[in-house]
Amino acid sequence: MRIRRFTTALTNGTLALGLLAVAACTAANPDAPADAPVADAPGDPGASTSITTTGATTSSVPADTGVTTAGASADASAAPAPASSGGLLATVRQRGRLNCGVQDKLPGFGYLDPSGEYKGFDVDFCRAIAAAVLGDATAVDFKPLTAQQRFTALQTGEVDVLVRNTTFTLARDTQNGLDFSPTTFYDGQGMMVRADLNVDSLAGLDGANICVGSGTTTEKNLGDAMRKAGAAFTPVVLEDTDQVFSAYDGGRCDAVTSDKSQLASRQTTLADPTAHVILDLTLSKEPLGPAVLQGDAQWADVVNWVVYGVIAAEEFGITSRNVDTFLTSEDPEIRRLLGVEDALGEGLGLTNDFMVGVIRAVGNYAEIYDRNLGPDTPFKLPRGANRLWTEGGLLYSPPFR
Amino acid sequence: MMTARAYAIVRRHGAWWLAAQAALTILAALLVWWTVPPLLRWLWWTADWSVVTANLRLFILFRYPTEAAWRPALALAMTVAAVGLAVRRAAARQSASGARTLLWLLGAVLASFVLLRGVGSSVVPMNLWGGLLLTLILAATAIGLSLPLGIVLALGRRSALPLVRWTSVAAIECVRGLPLITILFMASLVVPLALPDAWRPDTVLRAIFGLTLFSAAYVAEDVRGGLNAVGAGQYDAARALGLGSVAMHRLVILPQALRAVVPAIVGQFIALLKDTSLVLILGLTELFGVARSVVNQPEHLGRFREALLFAAVVYFVLCGGLSRVSRSFEMRGRESRRGRAVERT
Repeated sequence: MRIRRFTTALTNGTLALGLLAVAACTAANPDAPADAPVADAPGDPGASTSITTTGATTSSVPADTGVTTAGASADASAAPAPASSGGLLATVRQRGRLNCGVQDKLPGFGYLDPSGEYKGFDVDFCRAIAAAVLGDATAVDFKPLTAQQRFTALQTGEVDVLVRNTTFTLARDTQNGLDFSPTTFYDGQGMMVRADLNVDSLAGLDGANICVGSGTTTEKNLGDAMRKAGAAFTPVVLEDTDQVFSAYDGGRCDAVTSDKSQLASRQTTLADPTAHVILDLTLSKEPLGPAVLQGDAQWADVVNWVVYGVIAAEEFGITSRNVDTFLTSEDPEIRRLLGVEDALGEGLGLTNDFMVGVIRAVGNYAEIYDRNLGPDTPFKLPRGANRLWTEGGLLYSPPFR
Repeated sequence: MMTARAYAIVRRHGAWWLAAQAALTILAALLVWWTVPPLLRWLWWTADWSVVTANLRLFILFRYPTEAAWRPALALAMTVAAVGLAVRRAAARQSASGARTLLWLLGAVLASFVLLRGVGSSVVPMNLWGGLLLTLILAATAIGLSLPLGIVLALGRRSALPLVRWTSVAAIECVRGLPLITILFMASLVVPLALPDAWRPDTVLRAIFGLTLFSAAYVAEDVRGGLNAVGAGQYDAARALGLGSVAMHRLVILPQALRAVVPAIVGQFIALLKDTSLVLILGLTELFGVARSVVNQPEHLGRFREALLFAAVVYFVLCGGLSRVSRSFEMRGRESRRGRAVERT
């Protein structure tokens, strides 16, 4: 009996301690409600209930995760293929935050900076979509996803859009029930070799050891390409990217294969970057772009036209700095892009000037590219195929009209 | 002198033994010569620790707001104090201390969790939790929950009621038959598909659930070993005193059984602490995840050796700390038993 009383007192005491601390921090917060339950905390049997009720009534804090307070998106997952205007766009609006599935471990494309902010090429497209839909480029909850998780996260409604260097392929378009947006980055598998080997083709790598990451299509593509070139080789298969390039740098392989964007960024970290060359050939096509769940045409259109919008902005020379001067432009296509005339935005379910907000927040395609991958970054990645069609690249936006 | 010793060795073991010793010594010296200087050179000259120093915030708090950093600090102090008190309590009173110790730990862990998450407008969403903070939360919560759960399962396995017994056996054996990574994969991929959106628990809770379930099954088997080690005479004596089944277990059997298996359980908890690194499958970024993540910042590209070494040192310190707690549990237990024996005479 004595023991039971003691243990009850003990649990109550511990709860009270926790509650007191919470109450203290609530009080420390300037915009906290004034009814913090300090007075009735110690030893009160109602202490534990007041914790739960307080938590429940105020859990609609804007910065909350989409998972716990996902009441708003419940309808979206209950009907996985919302067809009309009641779809994801309305859900995201209602929630006030965009859930964006990203990669958090890919240099240049998605990573955490020391202050805890997500940065990168893919991350900027998340911000662009948030700017278009919510008018606030910071209203994004980034969900770092592993390669295995990414499609499930989209299918279950855990994320609204996936911008996680995902290659657009037929099987993914059909079997995984995705819809791909226009490609934001044309990547391709390449090959880096030691410069002193004087190799300029795959055939020249006959008998070589080639470092490659395991379990990826990269490994399969390498086998296919080398067979086509009629060159025998020994694959040195390693688990992760760090190991692959560490082994290559340590001399275990004559060559290393990976996506060209990665080869370029990793070359800068090798002991002597000038002792290696990236061969001028492409083993596979890897068009990377955002993906949304199939069946919500309106939401897919929104994502598509945000991507087209930043490409069009580069074509017209509109940047985050000079966008305001274009608002008075006489060019009809620029006027339509920025929503000065016609009502193109409304057709998407957005405001007519949605692209103004996007360009102010993240800039045009060139600005996004240069900020994350361009000459001022350690990667110094040449634009290559990612130039505008007017400059010999593949980026081409359908007209805004 | 040296020759005299060598001569003595040759006389005792034969010349081949001396030669083998000499060869081994030279080999060991060479090994040290080849590995240690390059390692030291790397540590002092080549290594660039800015990947760690610039990212200390991420390593410790991840994206938990720095202005609320006192909350994890207070929670840590609370948990440490509770563990310290539990150790003292376990030493001070032999009987019934088990149940009370468990309540201390459980209470501290739950209070810490509430404190960290916050209430009302002070809520820090769990997607901001990470780094060392998340490692400690996952380990502490899973330890705090799996200990009582494990004890219940162990007792359930010895229950006379077939339903309770078979449920416990099934739970223990099913979980022990699965690798932790499988359980976490299920938590990551199956739970979201199976549950409606509104019911879907946060990833952190999913991880805690998986880790607790896994650890409890192993704790249950450890405790069962302890229960088996308690002599039949203790049961008879307790019954002769007129104790019921619950009182008998709480006052007589469990205190002895648990004390006997403290090293085994702590070993399990050390394994659990290290296993928390597997939650990266769920997309969570705990200590190891931060080490893997920060090397992708453009300015720290390729500095994975430094980041991983730092994480290894932190894990080492944490696991060493846990071992020390376990040792002090054992020492105090021994002391108190000896003290009481003296008192009685």
